[in-house]
Amino acid sequence: MKKLLLCLVASFLLASCKPVDLNAAVPVFDTAVDPESWAKIPSGEFLKGQFNEEAVIEYDYEMMVTDVTNAQYAAFLNEALASNDAIKDNKLIVGPYPGDTFNGYRHEEEIPAGNYLYIDIIDPALRLNFDGNTFSAKAGYENHPMTMVSWFGARAYCEYYGWRLPSEVEWEKAARGTDGRPFPWGEKITRNIANFTFSRDPFEDMSAYGSNTTPVGFYNGKSYAGYQTLNNASPYGLYDMAGNVWQWTGNVYPDQHYRYMRGGSKNLYENTLRVWVTNNATPTFTSPAVGFRCARSGQE
Amino acid sequence: MKWIRARFNYLFKSTKGLILVGIALASLVSAFFGMLSGPMADWGIKDVIVRIFGIDLVEAEREGRLVILYHVIAMIVVAIETYMITGLLEMKENLKVLINSTITAGYLAALFGGLPFAYWGHVWAFHGIYIAGLSLVFFAGCVLLYALWPWRKEYRVTDNSYAHTKKGVPLERSAFFAMASATIISALFGAIPGSAFGNGFTVFLAENVVRTPHKSVLDLSIIGHLHIMLALIAICCALIIGRWMDFKGIWHKLAMPMMIVGSLVLAMGTWLVVPFETAAHAIIYGGSTIAMLGALFLVIFSWRKLIREGLAQGGIQKGSFAQKISALLRDPLKFGATWQMVFMNFTVSGVGIFTAVKLDEIFRQWQFMDERSILTGHWHILATLTATILLMYYADLAGLKGKARQWFGWLLIIFSDLAFGAVTIYEMRRLITPEATQQPLVNTTTLLGDIGLITVLLVLAALMVWRLTDLFKKKGRWSVESSQARLESPEVEK
Repeated sequence: MKKLLLCLVASFLLASCKPVDLNAAVPVFDTAVDPESWAKIPSGEFLKGQFNEEAVIEYDYEMMVTDVTNAQYAAFLNEALASNDAIKDNKLIVGPYPGDTFNGYRHEEEIPAGNYLYIDIIDPALRLNFDGNTFSAKAGYENHPMTMVSWFGARAYCEYYGWRLPSEVEWEKAARGTDGRPFPWGEKITRNIANFTFSRDPFEDMSAYGSNTTPVGFYNGKSYAGYQTLNNASPYGLYDMAGNVWQWTGNVYPDQHYRYMRGGSKNLYENTLRVWVTNNATPTFTSPAVGFRCARSGQE
Repeated sequence: MKWIRARFNYLFKSTKGLILVGIALASLVSAFFGMLSGPMADWGIKDVIVRIFGIDLVEAEREGRLVILYHVIAMIVVAIETYMITGLLEMKENLKVLINSTITAGYLAALFGGLPFAYWGHVWAFHGIYIAGLSLVFFAGCVLLYALWPWRKEYRVTDNSYAHTKKGVPLERSAFFAMASATIISALFGAIPGSAFGNGFTVFLAENVVRTPHKSVLDLSIIGHLHIMLALIAICCALIIGRWMDFKGIWHKLAMPMMIVGSLVLAMGTWLVVPFETAAHAIIYGGSTIAMLGALFLVIFSWRKLIREGLAQGGIQKGSFAQKISALLRDPLKFGATWQMVFMNFTVSGVGIFTAVKLDEIFRQWQFMDERSILTGHWHILATLTATILLMYYADLAGLKGKARQWFGWLLIIFSDLAFGAVTIYEMRRLITPEATQQPLVNTTTLLGDIGLITVLLVLAALMVWRLTDLFKKKGRWSVESSQARLESPEVEK
């Protein structure tokens, strides 16, 4: 009995130690959600933050219905490299940034004008192929959110097309509407409504590559190979405003160099998916769980 | 009726009974509300518990709920440590009764007022009971300070084995007094912002604001409060274990001044977080290093003593290295209590110092969520390791002997350390593997952590069931313990 128990525990531990295969094949699903579509968020009051402070945005604006996909970002890189708006610097793609005001505050790092990282071409977690001239999305990942992209890379994408990263307050209103709800779809979170650590979606294989991204707009009420999703659209029709990947926002705050993210991610517990929860990192930080979407028109 | 009264008198009037009730309630609260945590949600247990018990989990109130839950558990632990102090140190009987009864009423009010308010809707009467409970615990602390006053003539030390001043003022009692004083003042650093935040639900968890460059005075006060309270609970635990081990001799004389100075400097450092955040950190490092040196001297003393006693029991005068190790490990409860203090250096102090030293170079280059994972792991491990040390002392007080003592002690040491080691690796995983390839490490450490914690809870449950069944015996252990006015310790016997 003791030996059997020991064997079981040892087998379980060995199975959980299996190395990660970043090139493992993933299921392919068409979500029928168009990543080129935009949603309009009307001006007006809304309830902001954990304790529902009254806030107002005095202009209409639009935000992308989904996160920017790998296919979209690959197309951007090809165009930006051709127009010299992005530069290939050895194994990195970099681009210009005008720099931030530096106050030398405690823990603050200076970000002077210069070229900064967009993506690291040879990072094995990047879901893009590069043949020396052209970028393309890795097979199966075309409609997954673009990840392993820095804040500079996210900002560059939006600005290249005349758009911008949403501010934190714009992001939050787009995510929760005006009724103070904690999640984009309402009050409670359940397993099949967003990609978080317990979602058990078809893209999770804990013994192989772990919790993976889902295609943008995946949680829209459709069934995929027997996995029935619930619709996680926000009151304005934006998908994945909770879970899947963190989303860079555009604010640059004084006395710190950190850039802020919203939305929670595939790797985390449900409480981090509440719309007011923030994450932050240096603007050159990249992660398989960080992406972005853009906003346009209006101004803060 | 007589049957019930006898048990009630044991559970609520004797020191060992009070400790047993405290541990049982802390175990129940931890086990029940632990079922609402992350892994339990994955297994569907959280949903079942919420449905069966009609729990009202408002998303925006999560942080408020946790603050109340942490305070309830902390009040129970503070009460348990207070019972141990009043049982171990000499003090007037009327003061002892006043302290124990007040703190018992206090933590019970905090528990039965706070948890219903936090988890079952907001009946404000319950919030009032909760606040009254916290106030009673504070008041009991003030009385404890008075009772501990080390300059009274009757507490003068004449035995040169124990640290004392030239006039005979006992330094160990002074260390308890310094720790208790610092605790009382530090409680205010939580109480004042707590009052300002009002209903307990417009709150924040300190780990969520570490990267915010501009923090308010109340924010800083709360950050200082939670750090010092946990540290002082740990220092109190070390002092209690010292009494259990009959800490004396040269190591005692070296350690006690360090415990006094360490407690006060550490506390002052956390208070100074409010006006001088940067300088305060250096003072905190200084104070904690001094207090940790005091604990190190206790470890050296106790291990030498265990080896000496173990060899003597085996009739060996001068043992080999292996015989000395065997003697050291002979009693897992007494060895484990101080071993856990050593292990704390690997999983708490070492990690904390490394993180502080390399903060900008490494940890602030990661995303905030990874830094937060270290912070939450850090203080969860410190709190739980301290609890295991107190449990070992209680198991000894409860009369655990023979094979049961060996099984209980070793299972508690091995599986708690397995869990804490796994959590330490989990929280520092970015040093080992990139995020994209983290899953196997996350799986393994999570599994080992769960195995460790579940085993510890089962071992604790076994101890509680044993003591529960004892209550149904006419002449069980409880009847003997009912008549013991003091916890058995060398000082009391003296």
